[in-house]
Amino acid sequence: EPTEPDGVRRPRICLIACLILREKHTRCAPQVTVRDALNQALDEELERDERVFLLGEEVAQYDGAYKISRGLWKKYGDKRIIDTPISEMGFTGIAVGAAMAGLRPICEFMTFNFSMQAIDQVINSAAKTYYMSSGMVSVPVVFRGPNGTSAGVGAQHSQCFAAWYGHCPGLKVVSPWSSEDARGLLKSAIRDDNPVVMLEHELMYGVPFEMSEETQSKDFLVPIGKAKIERPGTHITLVSHSRPVGHCLEAAAVLAKEGVECEVINLRTIRPMDVETIEASIMKTNNLVTVEGGWPQFGVGAEICARIMEGPAFNYLDAPAVRVTGADVPMPYAKILEENCIPQVKDIIFAVKKTLNI
Amino acid sequence: MRKMLLAALSRVLQGPAAARTVAQVVVASRTYADFASEATFEIKKCDLHRLEEGPPVTAVLTREEGLHYYKTMQTIRRMELKADQLYKQKIIRGFCHLYDGQEACCVGLEAAINPTDHLITAYRAHGYTFTRGTPVREILAELTGRKGGCAKGKGGSMHMYAKNFYGGNGIVGAQVPLGAGIALACKYFGKDEICVTLYGDGAANQGQVFETYNMAALWKLPCIFICENNRYGMGTSVERAAASTDYYKRGDYIPGLRVDGMDLLCVREATKFAAEHCRSGKGPILMELQTYRYHGHSMSDPGISYRTREEIQEVRSKSDPITLLKDRMVNNNLASVEELKEIDVEVRKEIEEAAQFATTDPEPPLEELSSHIYCNEPPFEVRGPNQWIRYKSAC
Repeated sequence: EPTEPDGVRRPRICLIACLILREKHTRCAPQVTVRDALNQALDEELERDERVFLLGEEVAQYDGAYKISRGLWKKYGDKRIIDTPISEMGFTGIAVGAAMAGLRPICEFMTFNFSMQAIDQVINSAAKTYYMSSGMVSVPVVFRGPNGTSAGVGAQHSQCFAAWYGHCPGLKVVSPWSSEDARGLLKSAIRDDNPVVMLEHELMYGVPFEMSEETQSKDFLVPIGKAKIERPGTHITLVSHSRPVGHCLEAAAVLAKEGVECEVINLRTIRPMDVETIEASIMKTNNLVTVEGGWPQFGVGAEICARIMEGPAFNYLDAPAVRVTGADVPMPYAKILEENCIPQVKDIIFAVKKTLNI
Repeated sequence: MRKMLLAALSRVLQGPAAARTVAQVVVASRTYADFASEATFEIKKCDLHRLEEGPPVTAVLTREEGLHYYKTMQTIRRMELKADQLYKQKIIRGFCHLYDGQEACCVGLEAAINPTDHLITAYRAHGYTFTRGTPVREILAELTGRKGGCAKGKGGSMHMYAKNFYGGNGIVGAQVPLGAGIALACKYFGKDEICVTLYGDGAANQGQVFETYNMAALWKLPCIFICENNRYGMGTSVERAAASTDYYKRGDYIPGLRVDGMDLLCVREATKFAAEHCRSGKGPILMELQTYRYHGHSMSDPGISYRTREEIQEVRSKSDPITLLKDRMVNNNLASVEELKEIDVEVRKEIEEAAQFATTDPEPPLEELSSHIYCNEPPFEVRGPNQWIRYKSAC
């Protein structure tokens, strides 16, 4: 359902109140939803570089299936915001070809589940071409859209593709959690000369986050390949990406009351993964729990565990690393079943206590 | 005249040091004024789909053009045969899809478009790599996997690129949406450029081709879709693969032409017609080039289990594109037999030198393994087969 950018209304009222009362307007930083952060980033990048354009199903006249591109077609027109027929393989190939010829397309998948129909173009045409051509042909394209679970949409519409795309050299893969992540990573992705897969999350689109003035500036970028420590801690490291980062923070708040201080790392980028930040954290806390929405086998958590074993942090672990993931089943529909297939706060807390043996 | 004969005679008497053949001596006695500057030829009428009129049924060939086309086709022919030889010697490995027999397509096409236009094709790409500007030595060195190859040895047979030439694509049909995307960029930039997007009779049945037809027509992309119909998709003849073998009609709402792909002039005139259609903003157009490959699908296919030797021989004797051009030129006084033989000798020499380079150039250094993964990226570490083997990506 479309939401009004009411996150902007509150600060405006506050600003007026502050002006009347002659108080310094510092108390409330604007609250911006992930959706609006993405929308603003798209708008600014379209304005900044004429070669940038957006194509995908319903991105223009429908204002975007999830309203991410609201208002952009009215502002930029048919040339820059292109509605495509339901032809993923075709329009993805068209986006990649346009990038090879010097444009900077943003190719939206209504959800990443549909990207499977086009995955050959993402991997074989986009990811590998710079390498095969020994640097002659670059492919500055962004593939973006919602990834992973939603609410009650069933098995074919709930898959997480972080592990699939994260597997492939030549691609960059990012996974934002907050509005700041979404804005900064999308801008970095658009300005990057490489194919970037941006895995958004539908259930995060409507969530508001405080955004500082710095993060609202037109050239605010979140660097690709750098994780962020959302909450420092000393007893255990929780590494996550996308929506589960929020669950980790909730779990950390609960555990803090029991005297367990969790360090929560928001990966932000799946590939290239910032292993150094994870290692430094483990060398401080001596314990690791990874949390992701995707399936356990061959997943992001599995990769993190393998990489930790290969590096200096292994010797600092007091217990085996533990993974919290989606359940190893196609996603069921019934609410009670679906809930139990997604990692909950209680599952994270349980994993932490098991690891710390408390 | 006498002066020339004396000069020629003296050269012959100088012996092997002069390194000139008798044929050349004879040529030296004829001046260029003896040849016609151009001739007009009748070419086969194209079958039309959703078009009121088609390309002209006559074509003018100048002597200069003819010699250039002849040399180009002969170069491609000999280059492919050299690749065959090197493959059998195991100096070329992996996939190798040869283009001999189809030379009129790439040469005729290039003659009708500008270097600023764009082109993309599938894996039978060596001919196009050459016509789009890559020297033979760089093509052969890429096939032999050396650092002097056009992709520094990282691409191989199916992944060669040049300016405004986007390969060389290994996945059947994937290049078709890519080509439409390039055409979209042409329209977006507004520079009056077009994209020629090639695929084979096998790829013509790929779903993404039809998705592309739809979007190209909807958005009036300046794209010439070209189906190089060489009658076989690997080992499957067109009759066994397609419910409709009228590939020029398969674009449905997109106008189409069926062209004699063995006649360079026919290909050239049809492409000129198609390019004009695209440049005038009418949207995409489809061309089917009826052509033939002498080799099998690839070097691992002898090419005779699904077709007869007689068929191959018949095409060679009746429709060879190089012979067709040669006969036209000689019979219309555009060139002499000897002159063309001279070109043959020159071409053979060039191919030999290129092959020499391709077999002696060193393989790429190990550092190449980790380069060109990302564009414009600060150096980073790349993992090798185990965690202790790490490469640095320099670029």
